[in-house]
Amino acid sequence: MFRSYPPQIVLEAVLNGLLTGAVYALVALGLTLVYGVLHIINFAHGAMLTLAMFAVLVAHLGFGIDPYLAILPLTPLFFALGYGVQRFVISPASRNDDGAILLVTLGLSIVIENLLLAVFRSDTRALTLDYSFSVVDLGFALLSLPRVIGFGVAILVAAGLWAVLALTDTGKAIRAVAKEKLGASLVGIDVNHIYAVTFGLGAATLAVAACLLMPSFYVNPRVGNAFVLVAFTVVVLGGMGSIAGALVGGLVIGVVESLSGLYLGESLGQIGIFLIFILVLLFRPTGLFGARA
Amino acid sequence: MSSGTLAAYRPILIAVAAFAALPLAVPLLVGAGLFAGANTFYNLMIFILIITLAAQGWNIAGGYGGQFSFGHAAFFGTGAYAQAVLQTRYGVNAWAALPVAMALGGLVGAVIGLLAFRARLRGSYFALVTLAFAEVFRILANATPITGGAAGTLVPLRIGFGQMQFEAPAAFFYLALAFVAVVLVLNRVLERSRFGAWLVAVRENEDAARALGVDTLAVKLKAITLSAAITAVAGALYTQKFLYVDANIAYGAWISVEALLAPIVGGIGTVFGPLIGAVALIGLGEAAKTAIHAAFGSAVPGVDLVVYGALLIVVIAFAPRGLIGLLKAGGGR
Repeated sequence: MFRSYPPQIVLEAVLNGLLTGAVYALVALGLTLVYGVLHIINFAHGAMLTLAMFAVLVAHLGFGIDPYLAILPLTPLFFALGYGVQRFVISPASRNDDGAILLVTLGLSIVIENLLLAVFRSDTRALTLDYSFSVVDLGFALLSLPRVIGFGVAILVAAGLWAVLALTDTGKAIRAVAKEKLGASLVGIDVNHIYAVTFGLGAATLAVAACLLMPSFYVNPRVGNAFVLVAFTVVVLGGMGSIAGALVGGLVIGVVESLSGLYLGESLGQIGIFLIFILVLLFRPTGLFGARA
Repeated sequence: MSSGTLAAYRPILIAVAAFAALPLAVPLLVGAGLFAGANTFYNLMIFILIITLAAQGWNIAGGYGGQFSFGHAAFFGTGAYAQAVLQTRYGVNAWAALPVAMALGGLVGAVIGLLAFRARLRGSYFALVTLAFAEVFRILANATPITGGAAGTLVPLRIGFGQMQFEAPAAFFYLALAFVAVVLVLNRVLERSRFGAWLVAVRENEDAARALGVDTLAVKLKAITLSAAITAVAGALYTQKFLYVDANIAYGAWISVEALLAPIVGGIGTVFGPLIGAVALIGLGEAAKTAIHAAFGSAVPGVDLVVYGALLIVVIAFAPRGLIGLLKAGGGR
């Protein structure tokens, strides 16, 4: 079953896995941030990514905006969307009960996914750009240019998110709410506002991820499902709520997917991810970087 | 049996009798233009009953026991594939395959339950791990030869009672109704039993239940095994009705979602919740499809599911005890 490959092909697979992994990490960042602060699992995360990818598609086909430039309008737009969804849908509908939140976000994901299906139908679409198939020649490996850009921007966004949390007043408030909700509200922090801001930040990272993905990826109404399971795996592996964990977890998962695709073939390749997911959940649910629950 | 005991089962008798009498109304419903023909009616009713059965399974672990599974497709699919593969590859009779399919589904439930509960996974973590197991099964079923791979498995059409394939559509309707009726009674028995009380205790406060001497691991394991076995029967009936399964039908996320939506919308942890929820969801979904078709002149995909998702949010927001809770609140005034 296992074939052996020359080291160069394996190295190329590892590098490609790292590039994909950076975007997985970006998708997982939003999920882990929301979990770390609100202590909820947002099942609508994948559907919101799909929505963002369609937004990139429409921005390009309808208004001729380059996907990378679309980061500028879409990031604040999705921040506002995420803020509104948390403040006006999830929070009032679930009364902040854990089981109810899980189900409300599941309901949201079903609604978003199928509205997209109703509008755009089930066709798979992709953008054709001048640079879609450009490559970077490293001498020992050829890498796709859009994915190299995706890697770089994803790392930048992770650093930026870390800076927001570490250095700004809002970041301090977010960390305070994550640690001690009651204490935070006693010193005058509006907890519901901070929840919504956090959810908005999660949605904003999805908008960036969508812009980075679209030049080299495709979109259909169900594409988010594939990503969200990978993102859950990344978050669980890295430790729920840990930003550094999401980054490392994303890179690890990217490499695992790439290598299992190489050795097991396309159809079985994804199984490596789910097996890691199940094993980590069963044996180390706090992840590699998570604190003891 | 005292009259009090019998009274507890009377609503079940009335509900099953009402369903059993529905075929009498078929000419009327078709005449009124609600259904294109008798077959359309029976197909819809059989689908509702199969979803009800899958949801009744979910309701035992999820409703009474509070263990929210997002991956009941793992059990539905195992039942569906077992029913198909046993007949096509091993020449097993359909009636003999059914209990085997049920047992295999229960076994998968017991193994997943053992792994997840021993690792003390609760709440969101339990939901995630069940979801991942269902996905692993889907990918495996899509890639292994015994299930027919991506092409799926076709059960040959051989009409006859011995093959569990019927000429008259009403026959399969009554078969599915019989299974739903048995589980309705089983649910009531469960509710009135010591085991049922332990299960609810685990849902309400697992630590307290353990402190009072309830073996919570054993209770949860029994519940997920029974839950999985019932949902596997729903999968086996699906195979017998449609005579075809593939990985996306059997292990697809759609059935995990339907199995948990119906009890939540109908009334979580109640005997009639799954049935009422399945009727409401599928009924409203079909109505939405028809209305959109009439408005736009062509079918729009996904409309019924938009209704499902919206209904889920509305129920959680305004009727956390489901439609049954609403009915009871209305009747109590």
